[in-house]
Amino acid sequence: MSRQSNRTTDSKKMNAELFTLTYGALVTQLCKDYENDEEVNKQLDKMGYNIGVRLIEDFLARSSVGRCQDFRETADVIAKVAFKMYLGITPSVTNWSPAGDEFSLILESNPLVDFVELPDNHSSLVYSNLLCGVLRGALEMVQMAVEVKFSQDTLRGDNVTEIRMKFIKRMEENLPAGDE
Amino acid sequence: MAIFSVYAVNKSGGFIYQYDNYVHRAEAEKTFRYPLDCVLKIHDEKVVVSFGQRDGIRVGNALLSINGLDVNGKFTADGKEIIEYLKDSTNYPLSILFGRARLSSNEKLMPASMFHSLFAIGSQLSPEVGSTGIEMLETDMFKRHCFQTLTGIKLIVLTDPRQSGIDELLRKIYEIYSDFALKNPFYSLAMPIRPPPQCRCWASPCS
Repeated sequence: MSRQSNRTTDSKKMNAELFTLTYGALVTQLCKDYENDEEVNKQLDKMGYNIGVRLIEDFLARSSVGRCQDFRETADVIAKVAFKMYLGITPSVTNWSPAGDEFSLILESNPLVDFVELPDNHSSLVYSNLLCGVLRGALEMVQMAVEVKFSQDTLRGDNVTEIRMKFIKRMEENLPAGDE
Repeated sequence: MAIFSVYAVNKSGGFIYQYDNYVHRAEAEKTFRYPLDCVLKIHDEKVVVSFGQRDGIRVGNALLSINGLDVNGKFTADGKEIIEYLKDSTNYPLSILFGRARLSSNEKLMPASMFHSLFAIGSQLSPEVGSTGIEMLETDMFKRHCFQTLTGIKLIVLTDPRQSGIDELLRKIYEIYSDFALKNPFYSLAMPIRPPPQCRCWASPCS
């Protein structure tokens, strides 16, 4: 979709390495400031939340997907459209719970952690926790309360990165008029 | 101008943004000599014509400016009461601009909130489940298009009845909103947007 832009650089052509470096600088500075992995994880989640509540509008404006009918459709849209649009990767959706309210996103690669190695003194740091916040914030703006966490992380020795998303409830009180 | 106004209303019915683009066609400027032959009265903190309709000046038109200086409610630009000013024959001849009263921001807030409530009622009255709510309100002078995003923001555009392509315009406005408002980290969500003077992306004629 073409759009008028006053900026001289198209955002899609920005250097991915600069993005990785920026995120890395952010996490290391947070570690220096808070000196506590749990606190850093919480801060990353909060920051991700603030990004998510704004990113969702951008996503809806550009992708023109309608309201998802169920959680499975939501999972597909997140994996195939959203992740592709913003990170250039397409995670796979697996491990559905029997009730259909929990699933996993398996990421083969994660642009945030290119060239990153976690030192031993930061073993409980969830480096990409920002992503959890982004997903949580974005879905909250479309009236879905979810719980998002990393269940596997390549930085901590696992084979793949796995994000586990659990549907908590539909937020009826924030529903825009007319959406039932 | 085919696009008259653009408004944005947040999830709870509060005004986020307004932009008016209409040409004030219903304005008339005339030079008057003492005594003034229109009868004026104060209504809603404005000076309006109550009798003496002629030459493009109609009953109900508000006094907009005297000698080129915009008036401030019922006071002139330098703070004198208009009615007293017009009774003084030494101030004449003077040129007065009458026209349809321009709404202040507070006055626009009320219809916007009312539209928000109408929108909610409209979707509840729908015989089918999953109605989107009021999309268009048509009158003989203008059409009012409304687009509600999945996050509850309502984008409202007032256009000429013959104008087409509004759906695309609404989508574009949504894109622009998500860019200029949301990408600014200092902008708090659901708060009024104060555009900088150079941000006139949707002021250019869209046809």
